[in-house]
Amino acid sequence: MTTFTINGRAVDVAAEPDTPLLWVIREHLKLTGTKFGCGIAQCGACTVHIDGEPTRSCQTFLEDVAGREVTTIEGLSPDASHPLQKAWISEQVPQCGYCQSGQIMQAAALLEHTPAPTREQIIAHMDGNICRCGTYVRIISAIQRAAQEG
Amino acid sequence: MTHILQPQSRALSRRSFLVTVGGLGIAVAFGRPPGLAYGADIAPSAQGDFRPNAWVTIAADGTVSIISPAVEMGQGITTTLPLLVAEELDADWNRVRVVQAPSDAETYGNPGFYGIQLTGGSESTRGYNALLRLTGAQTRLVLLAGAAGMLNVPVKELETEPHKVVHPPSGRSLDYGEIAARAVLPDPLPQATEADLKPSDRWRYIGSRTILRIDVPSKINGTAVFGIDVQLPNMLFGAVLRAPVQDERPETIDDAEARDVPGITHIVALPYGVGIIGETVEATKRAKDLLKVTWSTTSRVRNYTSQRLLDEYRAVGRDLSQQGVPAHTNGDAEAAIAGATTVIEVDYMSDHVAHATMEPMNATALVTGDRVEIWAPTQGPTGTQGFAAEIVGTTPDKVKVNTTLLGGGFGRKAEADFIVDAVSLAKAVEGRPVKVIWSREDDVRHDTFRPLEAQHVKVGLDAEGNIVGWRHRIVADSIFARTLPPVFAEAGGHDDVVTEGAKFNYAVPAHQIEYLRQDKGLAIGFWFAVGVGYTRFAIECVIDEIAAARGIDPAALRLELLKDQPRARKVIETVARMAEWDRARDGRGLGLAYSDAFGSHCAQVAEVSLNRDTGQIRVHKVWCAIDAGVAIQPLHIEAMMMTGITNGTGHALFEQINVVNGEVQESNFDTYRVIRMSEAPEIEVAVVPTPGSPFGGIGQAGLPPAGPAIANAVARLTGGLRLRHYPFTPERVKAALEA
Repeated sequence: MTTFTINGRAVDVAAEPDTPLLWVIREHLKLTGTKFGCGIAQCGACTVHIDGEPTRSCQTFLEDVAGREVTTIEGLSPDASHPLQKAWISEQVPQCGYCQSGQIMQAAALLEHTPAPTREQIIAHMDGNICRCGTYVRIISAIQRAAQEG
Repeated sequence: MTHILQPQSRALSRRSFLVTVGGLGIAVAFGRPPGLAYGADIAPSAQGDFRPNAWVTIAADGTVSIISPAVEMGQGITTTLPLLVAEELDADWNRVRVVQAPSDAETYGNPGFYGIQLTGGSESTRGYNALLRLTGAQTRLVLLAGAAGMLNVPVKELETEPHKVVHPPSGRSLDYGEIAARAVLPDPLPQATEADLKPSDRWRYIGSRTILRIDVPSKINGTAVFGIDVQLPNMLFGAVLRAPVQDERPETIDDAEARDVPGITHIVALPYGVGIIGETVEATKRAKDLLKVTWSTTSRVRNYTSQRLLDEYRAVGRDLSQQGVPAHTNGDAEAAIAGATTVIEVDYMSDHVAHATMEPMNATALVTGDRVEIWAPTQGPTGTQGFAAEIVGTTPDKVKVNTTLLGGGFGRKAEADFIVDAVSLAKAVEGRPVKVIWSREDDVRHDTFRPLEAQHVKVGLDAEGNIVGWRHRIVADSIFARTLPPVFAEAGGHDDVVTEGAKFNYAVPAHQIEYLRQDKGLAIGFWFAVGVGYTRFAIECVIDEIAAARGIDPAALRLELLKDQPRARKVIETVARMAEWDRARDGRGLGLAYSDAFGSHCAQVAEVSLNRDTGQIRVHKVWCAIDAGVAIQPLHIEAMMMTGITNGTGHALFEQINVVNGEVQESNFDTYRVIRMSEAPEIEVAVVPTPGSPFGGIGQAGLPPAGPAIANAVARLTGGLRLRHYPFTPERVKAALEA
């Protein structure tokens, strides 16, 4: 049994310690907003925050999060009111939408450390997150909007 | 098993317009977005619900539920199609909710696309718009008739405002919900004709920049439900170890270690691999790695090595003694070219590319006796019923398909192999649902790639530089021969989708297009824009090669060849203005390309630079002008163009699948390169509709011009370096620079 906190809630998970956190989140805890894209930390679809740091959950193991705090897209804000979520709607960022939980979680960590990022800082921070629908232009716009509108 | 999607019905059923009272059960939830309810379900109609046709249900509280017959894979169609109904119905869009159609091609098949219920080909708006607008108009007439009875006034004194019928002489009005609950309707119900459609100056929603997509809210908070997110009580997980080479079979299976993994319940031999079923997804993955399988070695796909085959294809294209199947013939192009002053004869090629949808292939199935229920991110819900029925030994009518959101489709999810997996495994554990999730490695290795292809283009110019003949030979395997054999046979061995886009609207006096099929066994499939993605690469680059040979501006040449095409000229002139086409840039080149595919006119200009030491091309910016006829959702058209341009840049620069002796060499995003944010161009789009013209497709229209615009820009930047082989990898660019 491994104990950790997810979206402010303490959970005990009975899974092998080397189970990828991604599958713990998605299939044991049924929080399906965090997505499986590649399994090798190459696409960013599975990005969550662990103690506030953006982390690829597909390459993080259950034992790694014992006693730590995990935040998923479901826990980013109680009512989709995070400035990035609002900006994502204003800019109509998603198309298929599958990668967008990971994009938003990655971007949220950027704004936490760098409230007014330059375009170059945004691109450097977001380059590990693939969007197969090619929404990159609007992701940049939405991050800039969220930074401005707070 | 062959995976063939059969047209269900070519004719549009009259049933679409029949009155149905009482509801259909339509299951599957799509999440719980705020505002517009996307999904949930049309529960069996509550008392008082009113269903004037198979598409619309009006509840007593006035909520209007509209069926979306097409599936949502990011192309916005579940907003677009219901919006057309709401427009003609004069519904308040804020009181509309959208419901995904059940698997029922007879009712919900695309009348413009063989009557099949398959979303693809940029055919949804083009195929459904007339039917759905008439459906909305008919529903409005029914409500007017009902209100006339309730108010005891003649129908001709009534009008509609959003969501209500008004009677101007008395000032009275009735909400649509009140009418639905209380009206006594005439029998038969009124039917709508084209004369009942709104004139375009009365559209409230079509063309509005304030209509947002209904699926977006669920995609920013984790509530959107894709196929992979399906959760069912008592659900098991499945994984499949597939043969390393297509069409091989397992010969010996040593599953001793795999069976020992805690949580594994079944190991199932399949004709094409080995299935694993377990209580957790991680157990199935562990067990899959521990399987020891020897495979047959008889598949002819073992002879398939893509780079060698491409050389063969190019040789076939050049060898004019080899006759192709005529795809289009206008005049005697060869004779015209024989009399030409200048002949341009070139080969264009492209490697295989993979779909790599962000959501890997997956499906969930439950087999109970002779009944099958499927939850899947599928582009073709009804096409899959037949496969499932065959596996289970039942009939297609006993197979229910619940279509979820699709995390990308691009044609890959028109295939049924992932659904075959789920049904095959579910059959082994009757009564418990099984969710099968492919690894990304399997998703790439066992994709149905865009065809490997070579094109030979031969163009003759007279002494003044006028084109006298254009010959275009396309050498590739067939998609339709595998997926739609009757269509392929009926066309006499021509594959309409592989040669798609070769026919153009440039004025040339003699034009001949041939298809030379290469039957090599590897399954190829529909990829974003399918044939147009490479035919327009060749055509648009050859246009620039002609302009260079004549020493004239390539934009001017296109305008000359499109003299009688005002919509084409408009997008080219618009994009040239946006990009300041005539302004030279230091160290950067501009290239232009145009396409009229999918019923839409799209012109793009790319601004590029080139690192001559590394061979690396950088696309800085792309400007785009798009005329999709009627622009239903201009904001969304801009978004779709950005998708097309970004992926169009990616496939031109990076995407490449290599097959060696039948084995796919790439397997995940570390080896299969797709475009990332740092490589994506800035994009500026102008939507320039032509009122009164037909509805065009936009799903794929943005992709084809991007690649040739980049190639043309490189040629203009370098004084003539022609890149004729997708993708333009640094190695290829360097080799071309050194040649």
